[in-house]
Amino acid sequence: MLQNQNRRGQFAVYGVALLAVLLAPALGVYPVFVLKVLCFALFACAFNLLIGYTGLLSFGHAAFFGGAGYVAGHAMKEWGLTPALGLLAGMAFAALGGWAMGALAIRRQGIYFSMITLALAQMLYFFCLQAPFTGGEDGIQGIPRGKLLGFLPLDSDLTLYYVVLAIVVVAFALIVRTIHSPFGQILKAIKENEPRAVSLGYDVDRFKLLAFVLSAALSGLAGSLKALVLGFETLTDVHWSMSGAVILMTLVGGLGTLTGPIVGALVVIALENKLGDLGMFLANATGVAWFNTLGESVTMVTGIIFVICVLTFRRGIVGEIIVVADQWRARRKTATAPLGSHLVDRG
Amino acid sequence: MSTNASNVPALEIKDLHAWYGESHILHGVDLTVNRGEVVTLLGRNGAGRTTTMRAIMGLTGARKGSIKVDGKETINLPTHKIAHYGIGYCPEERAIFSSLSCEENLLLPPVLKGSSQGMSEAEIYEMFPNLKERKQSQGTRLSGGEQQMLAVGRILRTGANLLLLDEISEGLAPVIVQALARMILMLKKKGYTVVMVEQNFRFAAPLADRFYVMEHGTIVERFAANELQAKMPVLNELLGV
Amino acid sequence: MTFDIGIPLPALLSQLLLGLVNGAFYAMLSLGLAVIFGLLNVINFAHGALFMLGAVLAWAGMEYAGLNYWVMLALSPLLAGALGVLIEKTLLRWIYKLDHIYGLLLTLGITLVIEGVLRSIYGVSGLPYSPPELLQGATDLGFMMLPNYRAWVVVASLVVCIATWYTIEKTKLGAYLRAGTENPKIVEAFGVNVPLMVTLTYGFGVALAAFAGVLAAPVIQVSPLMGQNLIIVVFAVVVIGGMGSIMGSILTGLGLGVIEGLTKVFYPEASSTVVFFIMVIVLLLRPAGLFGKEK
Repeated sequence: MLQNQNRRGQFAVYGVALLAVLLAPALGVYPVFVLKVLCFALFACAFNLLIGYTGLLSFGHAAFFGGAGYVAGHAMKEWGLTPALGLLAGMAFAALGGWAMGALAIRRQGIYFSMITLALAQMLYFFCLQAPFTGGEDGIQGIPRGKLLGFLPLDSDLTLYYVVLAIVVVAFALIVRTIHSPFGQILKAIKENEPRAVSLGYDVDRFKLLAFVLSAALSGLAGSLKALVLGFETLTDVHWSMSGAVILMTLVGGLGTLTGPIVGALVVIALENKLGDLGMFLANATGVAWFNTLGESVTMVTGIIFVICVLTFRRGIVGEIIVVADQWRARRKTATAPLGSHLVDRG
Repeated sequence: MSTNASNVPALEIKDLHAWYGESHILHGVDLTVNRGEVVTLLGRNGAGRTTTMRAIMGLTGARKGSIKVDGKETINLPTHKIAHYGIGYCPEERAIFSSLSCEENLLLPPVLKGSSQGMSEAEIYEMFPNLKERKQSQGTRLSGGEQQMLAVGRILRTGANLLLLDEISEGLAPVIVQALARMILMLKKKGYTVVMVEQNFRFAAPLADRFYVMEHGTIVERFAANELQAKMPVLNELLGV
Repeated sequence: MTFDIGIPLPALLSQLLLGLVNGAFYAMLSLGLAVIFGLLNVINFAHGALFMLGAVLAWAGMEYAGLNYWVMLALSPLLAGALGVLIEKTLLRWIYKLDHIYGLLLTLGITLVIEGVLRSIYGVSGLPYSPPELLQGATDLGFMMLPNYRAWVVVASLVVCIATWYTIEKTKLGAYLRAGTENPKIVEAFGVNVPLMVTLTYGFGVALAAFAGVLAAPVIQVSPLMGQNLIIVVFAVVVIGGMGSIMGSILTGLGLGVIEGLTKVFYPEASSTVVFFIMVIVLLLRPAGLFGKEK
């Protein structure tokens, strides 16, 4: 019964969010900005599959996000592929890369896993830095939007907006479906108690690898979409700081929650864009002139947020909301329960 | 051996509760051990005997109640400070360090502050000649019996006069168990206070002055050595002895 | 004199020395990482930033207080070590009981803060730092010209690494550390102040990184970014060598530095990624690492 109440509540929230996003351009919000947030939100959701539901911290997801962006961008610009094929090319690269990276990293447990993903992603970074087709420091510019499936021109921001929105919603639905499926349950079991999952007879390594590939492929989709939307691809997207950024988004939003990464992506991107304004506001409010330089110290502010989140805010925004909602629901339950029922179990 | 002037018990535990995380293991343990006594803690597996030892050392989760060593309250102290009240702890798993040699293992525990002289290295090697032979061997390459002697020997050097021995006879050959029994009697003559957790009833019975029996995290029986015969039927039921 | 491979011997030896210099930094940093990880179970992502801090402090000491290299070689690690103690006591100690990923994320955050603050003050371009007068120039050995400062870096690092190894493996203090790494609770039950040992160990690891930073200041361009790419290579070194053995970390670091140096001679394009390639090979053939004890 509580499950159904939960489910209904969740659907209500999704419904409202979907409505808001569908109407956003009409409300005067810059479509490309929303799309950028959506791409990162998808990236974070894909990442969350791995860390929030399987318990594996990858430090190399930028390789899939940026790498796929490069592949898709190059495919659409140099080989003239239509957007759909370009996106698929990017996803294929990411899936393949995910398989390779995952297979190697899963050979070690715990912290070694994370270090291996970081090192392998760094290899890709250096490759992108040196390879001719990626354009080095300049990156790939002028990625065409082309015609979707050969007939729908995507040059209009509005058309592109709804097409990309549709793709992101489908991808998000896929993630939700995966989490609630038996496969997702096994992933959760692995996260909570791996030795137990092993003793129950599950080929844990295979499940981890599958989760890794899925997470990588969807991250690649996000990266390819971003390349399509913004029309360019640079080294920033394959740098390890991008891997750090997606971790931050997921952490701030809420590890292991469905909507946390989306919220986290929104918060982090908004913060990055508005940090300068925030700094000026704080400078005026507190009279401390140094705050004016806040806009230039995104790195430092990011670091501080990491530290604060790890020490005091591990559940993230959505995680905290869920806890508060549960407590509120529990209090309502005992308030209406028969007198003395709480004394039944002495313990 | 140092003795207090007054008759303050070496160890006095009142209403001790202890948790491992959320699990409430000890439900109000009351225990007293006087200077120079050998006290045995009996009970089935899972009764809470090892947890009691660990709780004394502050190695469990949350604790509540009172633990007084030589009359001084230790319930709120961190583990390393508790040790310096003169306690030597020999854990059930022995905890011989594999990255240390036998000699390094023996010399690891520091001499405790404000304690009287512990046994010298020479005295310990005299009591356990095997350890002298195996000085340079890696700690975990010693046999089970040797590791047990090492685990006890290293706390004798520290000047600890309250010894907590958890299952020291477990898994050892009868000859070695007899040697351990002789060692405990000798320690008692020297004035050490010993609290033993033991499954091996035949080993523990002749050594102890008093017995406590634990079940479900509390003390359910307490009696002196001279009441042992009378208590046998009860023990049969509680322990399947 | 030339070999069949077509590289003149002096050039080869000089690259070998450069490789040894890098290897010395890898060795010192992976040693510090291993020691910290052993006792604290935390992988100190901030190691690169603290290495950089050591170099920046050396530069700052000269720039603002006229303190020379030799003074800073001692002072910089002390200051960094003090910062390390502060970090451990205020931030790290809260995460020991948590999942290991939080240690990585917390130290990542600390890295970003240190780098961010220094970047906002000094930008990203290099701060010049020249080697001390005593070590400038080169010595003619006959078969090659030996750059004095680089030779000093290798010697000083080896001395520090060996001294650390000796202290840990052969002394009583090291016995406490080894035992504490294995079973900290029992060591505490013996009356050893393990929390204090943990704090000081972290401080030592940090000081070691800062020491490496001072050594690096005249050879690697001092900038707030100098630790970033280095720490990732050090991670690969640590995966290759495993963190269970002190001597293993030292040898792996030195060896990989030499291999990297040789790669620069024969196949320069791969020099920035050769360590990662080796990591891949080791993972395929010997997953536990060359000297690894546990998975």
